[in-house]
Order: sequence, then structure tokens, then C-alpha cells
Amino acid sequence: MNAVDFDHNSDPELLAARRQRVAAALLAVLPARCVLSEPEDTRPYECDGLAAYRQLPMIVTLPDSEAQVVAILNICRELAVAVVPRGAGTGLSGGATPIADGVVLSTARMNQIVRLDAYSRTAVVQPGVRNLAISEAAAQHALYYAPDPSSQIACTIGGNVAENSGGVHCLKYGLTIHNVLRVRMVTIEGDVVELGGEALDAPGLDLLSVFIGSEGMLGIVTEVTVKLVPKPATARVIMASFDEVGLGCHAVANLIAAGIIPAGLEMMDRTSSRMVEPFVKAGYDTDAAAILLCEADGTVDEVGEEIERMTAVLQAAGASAIAVSQSEAERLKFWSGRKNAFPAAGRISPDYYCMDGTIPRRKLAQVLAGIEQMTHKYGLRCANVFHAGDGNLHPLILFDANQLDELARAEAFGAEILALCVEVGGTITGEHGVGVEKIDSMCVQFAPAELEAFFAVKRAFDPARLLNPDKAIPTLNRCAEFGKMRISAGQLPFAHLPRF
Amino acid sequence: MQAILEQFRERIRAAAADRSALRIRGGGSKDWYGQALNGEPFDTHVYHGIIDYEPTELVISARCGTPLIEIESALAQHGQMLAFEPPRFGTGSTIGGVVAGAMSGPRRASAGAVRDFVLGAVLMDGQGEALRFGGQVMKNVAGYDVSRMLAGSLGTLGLITEVSLKVLPLPLREASLRLEMSEIDALRKLNLWAGQPLPISASCWQQGVLSLRLSGADAAVKAALLKLGGEQFDGAAFWDSLRDQTHAYFGGGDLWRLSVPSAASALILKGEQLIEWGGAQRWLKSDGANAAGIRSSVAAAGGHATLYRGADKSVGAFHPLAPALMKIHERMKQAFDPAGIFNPGRMY
Repeated sequence: MNAVDFDHNSDPELLAARRQRVAAALLAVLPARCVLSEPEDTRPYECDGLAAYRQLPMIVTLPDSEAQVVAILNICRELAVAVVPRGAGTGLSGGATPIADGVVLSTARMNQIVRLDAYSRTAVVQPGVRNLAISEAAAQHALYYAPDPSSQIACTIGGNVAENSGGVHCLKYGLTIHNVLRVRMVTIEGDVVELGGEALDAPGLDLLSVFIGSEGMLGIVTEVTVKLVPKPATARVIMASFDEVGLGCHAVANLIAAGIIPAGLEMMDRTSSRMVEPFVKAGYDTDAAAILLCEADGTVDEVGEEIERMTAVLQAAGASAIAVSQSEAERLKFWSGRKNAFPAAGRISPDYYCMDGTIPRRKLAQVLAGIEQMTHKYGLRCANVFHAGDGNLHPLILFDANQLDELARAEAFGAEILALCVEVGGTITGEHGVGVEKIDSMCVQFAPAELEAFFAVKRAFDPARLLNPDKAIPTLNRCAEFGKMRISAGQLPFAHLPRF
Repeated sequence: MQAILEQFRERIRAAAADRSALRIRGGGSKDWYGQALNGEPFDTHVYHGIIDYEPTELVISARCGTPLIEIESALAQHGQMLAFEPPRFGTGSTIGGVVAGAMSGPRRASAGAVRDFVLGAVLMDGQGEALRFGGQVMKNVAGYDVSRMLAGSLGTLGLITEVSLKVLPLPLREASLRLEMSEIDALRKLNLWAGQPLPISASCWQQGVLSLRLSGADAAVKAALLKLGGEQFDGAAFWDSLRDQTHAYFGGGDLWRLSVPSAASALILKGEQLIEWGGAQRWLKSDGANAAGIRSSVAAAGGHATLYRGADKSVGAFHPLAPALMKIHERMKQAFDPAGIFNPGRMY
């Protein structure tokens, strides 16, 4: 992607001296295995899931315990070193992109399930525990942890807290914010702070709300209490075809209007189904303009009742074909296409760029039409998969980075999609976070006073601005420089700032 | 309506300039809640009206002064509800007050709290700036989630002028049943049942009787009725009386709200208790009680205690915060309300 200059300290000699000084301070309080400072050791940390952004960090720390986290943060504060927290590094927006003269703090070693209690339906886990590992541990009690981001096999709960991760079931079961009771974290000032609690609420301001989804900019998570919920006895999915995308959108609206909250509700356009079908052979109708996957879960009787109601609504809405999974194997087959949309994109295109806007569902047809026009404008293909239940749209822009300026065109295409999402009343990111990737698009969504308020929130937790600085919230100067401005009531924002 | 916002802005700027306190007030139906009421009353009910309600999007947006009853009646027309069941203390309750007070009703343990349903808000801060956080969509991770933090902020961070809330369909079927049971048995059963796929949407234990409400698909409610047994009753009025605290239990005297992990064992405290939320919310009626004793017992159980209604709030309406947490609270207040004009002293 565009060269992003994180190099605050471009003189190699100065950087080497700084590395030596900071490493020595860290090694005075940490075992040697917890501090990596040789480039061959720090190389694996140079990027997260957004691999186009790479930066070798000065030092990587791998604390084993909360006490070590406190010690690292105290040293970094005293030496004014920026800290970039990192979970499994699966994030898609570059939230864990290192800083050249900063420290990466990886929570990978803090990977213990401290306590899992079926009676209270809670698990207390360290931040480096993988999302799926919680559900695996809870399975013996017929319980699970509901949020299921598609990276759940690898991503960690600390990262889920940082990103407020969702999943395909979040319309019914909620996001991370709805499934975490308590976060224990360390501030850059070295204070250990508990947000929330094991009760259903906590006294004072609901700081847990602001912390979850804060992209590692407010504190380092050291322990999380999550809710566990009963595993539904069974699930079945309906696969419905529509000759027009608009009909599919209406069908979704009619399901909701009928009082149905499906456990999962996903839509794919024809480009997507044609992309995945040869790859997974899920039995998708590749002639349909849109395919809707609509899942019911619960007891066998309950699911039977709901599938019947859903089928009636979908038929009335003009579905051209309807298939209901008759077995768990068939349910998984129906889902396999959707779940493999990203790898399938990688199979038919050398590169792809996944966008993550959310829109009011009723605007879907309009937004898809806009994206269709943009494919001509930018000369690139785009496949759309859509979390239809919650309005979260993932356009996959297909390109080849080896072709002249295709990357730049893909990026411009993506930014224009996000601007369209904001224009129709949506947001630039539903679940992947802002990170470094969408920081300029923040200028489109928020006015200067709102960005200032975000900085004020950050200062409340991190007055020294050392935790994951320069991520997620753009400075006003940056917005002015990039010229991405929200024109509000005819007034040009940042009018007082110099133009570049 | 724009003119009203301008008046609000002018008033806030004037108050900030001379550092005079404003007491933000919707319907005034929760004036008894929290610590001291300080400042000149700042009525919000003039800024009212539903801005946008699209049932198929499951979102309603309204101005702060919109009466709760107006919102609920609009939702009911489309078979939808505010699933957190906020208490209606009289007809004056406004949606701004519902969010600022963050009180949730009987469905809280199964459906979620006020903050779980907040999707976005516009906040007029201490400089009179209208700041829009969140939005009208379910999934939104752009910027810090300030709008959810406004739930329960008691107007101390600024004037909430507009909110967007997620709404849910009314359950297809509801049924209520009663079982005779001791407190210890009730707590144990409630925790065990919560670990099973049962459609329990509300619970209440009082004086040896456990009442349950079931909500969901017809098949699920029928199956649960068979499994749980007990005596069915027509529960609508009963659950409303808990929600709105018109139930006889809530009459008179000091009332404590004890928020504890649902799995906490029975709390041995002087005074009568009523237990909701599957064990997670325990009310204690106890005149002139030993506040320090209550707070230490509840804290030992992993929770916190609020002096919910009381003549003498000198012991503090809300549970004291740890110093490191208090420091962040003070800075957060400073961030949004640098002149300290909004509801000073209402929370801490």
C-alpha cells in the first residue's frame, strides 16, 4: 500500500543506541527469553494480517505475567518509548503494525485459561488465549463463547477485546462487548485497573464499553472474564436464491419484520458464488444474482418451527430456489462457500483487498450498484459478501499488485466504497478496526471536534500518548493533509489549518 | 428543533463561561437516584420526537426528550420492544433519561442492559459542541465506543441530545410459572438452568416463591413449561410491577441494589431481599442499615452495592471506586466537561 512512514528515528546509529539502552533497561527486569532485539528475531512481528504494511520494530517483548507487563510499561513510560500491543497478529487493519523506534508487546505467552466455571458460566482467561480454545474448553459443559470471528482458530481474546470482534452469529449473540464481563488491564502509568466485574454491571462510568474496541490504545489487557452460553442443541440453514439483489434485500427485511432473528444471515452476490463454487462445490446456484444463507438454532422443535416460518417468508419474498440443510454435514457444506470466500478470492486473483463497511441494510442495493459502477471506473473486479443481518459489507477487490498501479487503484476503490458507506448513513469499519489502514477514512466519518474528543478519551487513559500512537484516530493535520474532509452544512472543516 | 439545540448550546456556553452548574433533567422521574442534585434545572423534554424508526433495521433514533411511552408505543405497533425493559417511573420518563440512568428491567439477564442496545448518540459537550458517536448500525468499530459509555453517565459528561437504540421483536410467546423454593435452592436452580438452553427471560425470588418468565418460539416455551413444572400464572402485570417497581416490595424505606455475580451464594444481611436477574440483582430493604457492612459483604461476593433509594445519601449512593479507576473517571469527566458544569456531584 502507500508507503507509510513510521520511522520516527531514521538515523540507524541513533536507533541502534536507543535499542541498546531500552533493551538493557528491559533485561534488567525481565528474563532474556522475554526480550527480542535482533532483527532475525523481531522479523516475524513486522506485520499483522494486513501484510502490505511492514515495519521492523526496535524491540519485541513477550511477558509471561501481569507483573512483567507492569514492568515493561513503567520502563517504556520512563524512557518515552511507544508500545504496540499484539495478540496473534491476525488483525486486518494494521492495528499491530510496529513502530520503528518502539516496542511491540506480545501477549502470546500469557495463554492460560485461569478458571472455567460451568456453574457461573464464566471463564477467566489470559489475553493470549485463542478465541476457539475457550469454546473447546467449555464444550465438556455444553457451553461455548459466542463471538466467532472467522480467524477464531488463531486470534486471541486480547485482540478480540481490542477490536470488539464479532462473527457470523452476532445479530443474535452479540459482539465482544456483549460477551465480556470484565477486563483487567495495565495502563501506561503502570496502574492495574479492573473494568466491569463479574456482576452484570459495575459502579461508575461504563469504561469497559470504551475500552472494548479501543485497538490497544488505552491499556494492555492482562485478564478477561468472558460469558459462556449454552450450546444450541441443533442448527439448520436455508439456502435461498434470488434473481435480483434487491429481492434478496427485501427478503431480509421481511424476515426481520416477521419478528425472526436468525442465528446467521449471510448474502453473497453472483461474483462471489461463481468465485467459490468451483473451489468448494457447495452446491451454490451460480445463476442467482444473490444467495442468502439463513440459519436457525435451538432445540430440534424450535428449529423446525423457525425454519418453517423463515421458508414461508423467503418464498413470499420471491426466492427462485430454496434448499434446507437436512443434516449437519449438509449445513456445513452450505456454509463452506461463504466461509471460504476469502481463500477463493486468493485463488482466482493474485491479490485481494477486503473492505469492511457497515450500512443500513435498506441501502444495500444502492451501495452494490455504486460498487458496480466503481468496478468500471477503476477497472477492477469486486466480489461482495454481506453479513446481511447486521449490515456489514465485505467487498473483496481483486487486483494484481505486480501490475502497474493496480494496488493504488484498489486502494482508491476501497476508499471510495467507504465514503459511500458513510454517505448512506453507515460506517467505515464494522469489525476489522481502523488501525493504520483506514485512518484517513476516519476523516470522512468524523468531524474535527469528534476526533478531538477521541484524543481526549485517549488522554484519560494514556496522557503520555505512548500506547499504539498514530493508529485509529487521525490528527486534524493529517486529515487536512489528506484532504479527506466531511463538508458539514457547507462549512469546510479544518479551515484554520494550513493546506499542504 | 434546530433552534432549541442552538438555545441549548448558548446556555451551555454561558454556564461554562461562568462555571455555573446545570442539572440536566428529562422527565425528572429519577431525581431521587444518585447523589446530590446540583445546579440550575436544564429541561430537555422540549427537544423531543422520533427522528427515524425503520422496523426492518431494528433501530430507532430519537431526540432526548422523547417520552419513553411514545417510543414504546411506536415499537409496539410493529411488534417490537426495548428488550432491556427500562422502568417507567410515571409518564414523564424520557429516552435521554433512560440512557443516562441505564436502569434495566427483568429481561436484563437474558437480553442485555441499556448499554448493550445503544448504537449511537449525539452528545453536547461542555463547550456546546455536538459530537456524534457510533451510528445507526449494529456493527461499528470506527473510533472509541463513547456512545455506550454514556449509558449510566447520569448526565455528568454532557447533554445527550439524540440516541439510536437497537430494538428487538416481541417474543412470539410468553408464559409465567411459579415454584415454591428456598432462597438457596432458587439460586442454585437459576444458575443451573442458565447453563441449559432454556428460554428463561426473567426471574424473581421473594419469600419462598420463585417466579419465572419464559419467552420464545412456541415449541421452546412449551418444552420448558413441561421441564420446569410449577404452577402457571398470567404474569404480565407481575413482571410490569417489577419492571416499574410498583410491586409492593418496593414501597417505602431505604432500598439497596446489590449487583453480584449470579453464582454468589445467599447474602446474609439484615432486611428483606428480592432477587432478580437469575441471582445477579438482589434488592435489600433495610432502613438505616450499616452501609459499610453491606458494601463489604457485597464486595466480598464480587459485586457492588448502590443505595438506590434512601433519605440519607451521606454514605454515598454508589460503591466507592479503586483509586486508579477514579483517576480515569476524573480525567474522562475533564475531557468532556472541563468546566465541571454538568450534574456535578450526581455520581461521585
